Amino acid sequence: MRYLPHTKEDIEAMLKVTGQSSLDDLFNCIPDDLKTKESIDLPEALSEWELNAHMEALASSNIACKEYKCFIGAGSYDHYIPAIIPYLISRSEFMTAYTPYQPEVSQGTLQGIYEFQTMITELLGMDVATASHYDCGTALAEAALIALRKNRKANKIAVSALVHPSHRQIIHTYINPAGYEIIEIPYTKEGLTDVDALKDMDDIAGVAIQSPNFFGNIEDLKAFKAVAAAKKGLFIASFTEALAYGLLKNPGYFGADLVAGEGQSLGIPKSFGGPGLGLLAGTKKQMRNLPGRLIGKTSDANGDEGYVLTLATREQHIRREKASSNICSNNGLNAMTAAMYLATVGKVGIREIARQNHDKAVYLKASLEKAGFESSFDTPFFNEFVMKAPVGFEQKRTALVNDKCTFAGMSLEKFYPELKQHYLFCATETVSKQDIDQLVKEVQ
Amino acid sequence: MNQQPGTSGLIFNEPLLWDKSCKGRCAMSLPKPDVERANLDESLTGDAPELPQLSELDVARHYTRLSQWNFGVDSGMYPLGSCTMKYNPKTNEVQAARQGFAAAHPFAGDKFSQGALKLMYNLEQYLAEITGFDAVTLQPAAGAHGELAGILIIHAYHAKSGKQRSKIIIPDTAHGTNPASATLCGYESINIKSGENGILEPAAVAAVMDEDTAGIMVTNPNTLGFFESNIKEIADIVHSKGGLVYGDGANMNAIMGVVKPGEIGIDVLHLNLHKTFATPHGGGGPGSGPVAVVKALEPFLPIPRVEKDLDSYKLITDSPDTIGRLHTFYGHFSVMIKAYSYILSMGSKGLSDVSKLAVLNANYVKESLKGTLNLPYDMPCMHECVFNDEFQKEHHITTMDMAKRLLDYGFHPPTVYFPLVVEGAFMVEPTETESKEYIDQFIDAVKAIAKEAKDDPEKLHKAPLLTKVTRLDEVTAARKPCLRG
Repeated sequence: MRYLPHTKEDIEAMLKVTGQSSLDDLFNCIPDDLKTKESIDLPEALSEWELNAHMEALASSNIACKEYKCFIGAGSYDHYIPAIIPYLISRSEFMTAYTPYQPEVSQGTLQGIYEFQTMITELLGMDVATASHYDCGTALAEAALIALRKNRKANKIAVSALVHPSHRQIIHTYINPAGYEIIEIPYTKEGLTDVDALKDMDDIAGVAIQSPNFFGNIEDLKAFKAVAAAKKGLFIASFTEALAYGLLKNPGYFGADLVAGEGQSLGIPKSFGGPGLGLLAGTKKQMRNLPGRLIGKTSDANGDEGYVLTLATREQHIRREKASSNICSNNGLNAMTAAMYLATVGKVGIREIARQNHDKAVYLKASLEKAGFESSFDTPFFNEFVMKAPVGFEQKRTALVNDKCTFAGMSLEKFYPELKQHYLFCATETVSKQDIDQLVKEVQ
Repeated sequence: MNQQPGTSGLIFNEPLLWDKSCKGRCAMSLPKPDVERANLDESLTGDAPELPQLSELDVARHYTRLSQWNFGVDSGMYPLGSCTMKYNPKTNEVQAARQGFAAAHPFAGDKFSQGALKLMYNLEQYLAEITGFDAVTLQPAAGAHGELAGILIIHAYHAKSGKQRSKIIIPDTAHGTNPASATLCGYESINIKSGENGILEPAAVAAVMDEDTAGIMVTNPNTLGFFESNIKEIADIVHSKGGLVYGDGANMNAIMGVVKPGEIGIDVLHLNLHKTFATPHGGGGPGSGPVAVVKALEPFLPIPRVEKDLDSYKLITDSPDTIGRLHTFYGHFSVMIKAYSYILSMGSKGLSDVSKLAVLNANYVKESLKGTLNLPYDMPCMHECVFNDEFQKEHHITTMDMAKRLLDYGFHPPTVYFPLVVEGAFMVEPTETESKEYIDQFIDAVKAIAKEAKDDPEKLHKAPLLTKVTRLDEVTAARKPCLRG
């Protein structure tokens, strides 16, 4: 086996040093009755070429071919990934290192993540961003826990019904065992979270609002901050489409105390939903409550600048049962990818890409309206929106996937049973006017 | 290979991204606009974020230079105990990057995602077979996330049985993530000490186990590198009081093909695909932390689950006793692809050989260095061995000094000051992919450093001498945090 370097002679020589006579004898410290009687039953080992064939067969039985057109977002977005990003991120010095416990030989990871933290705070208008979390849903659950722990009198967290359905489920999984509850804020006929309903809710430690929300609509974050503050709860903003903040006013502008977001749009492939990139940011006041790793600037014994993991006293390996979270490994390599993406697009590029996303989505919506679709909400959106489809659309949608490798929207009924026949559409910079025109022709 | 790998060379300085920025540059080939500009209301839009403005070469050079300041498994031996820094096969990266996987949308629907679902289903089966359990979830995003899933399962099991419990037993050799995971479920950690020979004594467990205790969290092999040979007796004690046994499988690399944790009394176990199954650590993730359970705990696994129905695969969310959802989609799918490719490349014999050679390498290091460094527990070890700095104390040399000096010799240091039960711990896990030659170089380097500790201790206090930066001021970093530029 090419990954195992030991020759027969090596094994003999090494066994001699250990004083054992065979490899099996190395396991004499394990009582016999605890050893397994059967060997592991697995398929026969494949050569690299057999593996290639097997994996290509599996990969190609997913519908994600080269001609594939994706008009679905819902938390996982199709964006151009410049060739330079997979090229640079594949450098094994980044990929095969671990958490930078030895900063003297980890300055690449450390400076890279420090730059990531900085660019994320800039994108979101916040003071502090962590070195990453698993995904938006888990970051949002941690943000909810911060709010609940801070406010000991309240044991509920108010969460918009237009927060991603999976994220609401994750929050529930995380907070329920400790005896906390979610109270869901309903949505209005404009496809926005109902701020008046929130005003009537009591015993709330925090308010979580997603913008753009799950329907793609842009929420009035200012109004929610005001209500959250009046109730002495933390205001938590979330998002699944990071590129929206190349164009929109950011959550920091509206006074968010904590921000949990998904960074998959920043150069990371969809990969059937993971790994993505959890973004978690806060105001300076929240710095010591944030879970997970933080990189800080310092200097070495010669006075040269350098970077280290810092504020570790919040973390599990020091605080153990009193830690702010149990997180250890985060999604570091994807944080580095996102930093590379932000450096590549830069100030000019992020604005232009964000605008093109919005332009294409507006064009797609107008085109679908002409094709007999009905706009569900007349509310400003970024790159996703909801339409009520004409009768017979579902069959056409399935045929489009089979015949043209085109995913024309996602049914919302599974998540919002009241929204029968309603579909969530997404358009990004990767679809051309021609793709949109073609789609509209097919579904007419 | 008599020469040590550490040397000095030309290392480049590289400023922060924004210090290279020049107004008007952009490294992205911007797509051409082909539809009309649609303007959002100005009350909604903000200024463009102040990101750096760079050319493509600026970006390429920046990250190339940064990468050269890093040490990875491909750079040299990385014997970081309990982290299993084995070689990460390159073919696995190729497999994960295939268009059909990388471009797959998580909401494409079961019918159009058969390849992905089949891979997940098969991987669950393989991991169940390797560990001896009945069911597996791949959803947890990392080891600590898997631990959380496992403790949530234990919590849900007790809730279902009608009476929740308030405590959980955690040995002193546990990873810090164990007590932190228990706290998230509201369990109080009851810490117990391991016995004189570095393993748990059944009596210590029996003394604290009662009907208000949810169970025990055991790392096996433990973080001293020893197999917990009383595990079955301990499991019987815990089970007799209605508790469950959680196994931390971070050290599974030592026992594949030898012990199946599901057969020795463990009820729920997490694995780290980025340790045992050779997926890259990525400078701190993304990892993947599947959880394996016995039949009785299967109903509590997170949703969605993958099921096979004749020849097709589907995602199931209808599971009334589930702990719920832990990830927005299905977990770290591309990491699963790499682990799956690894298992298929190795086969049954290959994986058994992995554990045998990992244990051989660790015992070889232990025997070779035991006169040089103090070995607090001199017993046959599994995949890692723990020394400390007792012999060097007379020269005022600490584990940290020796670790830093190892960098100059071209090695990543072992895990230091963990496990907490050994003062000044120096925890070596060579892994099976290191050859005898590389290990001999490492042994020679440690011996040379031990000699320097006697002859030239000042050199060790100043180490590392060859790295881009030397020891960093962590105290000031924490006291006056500067977390953004």
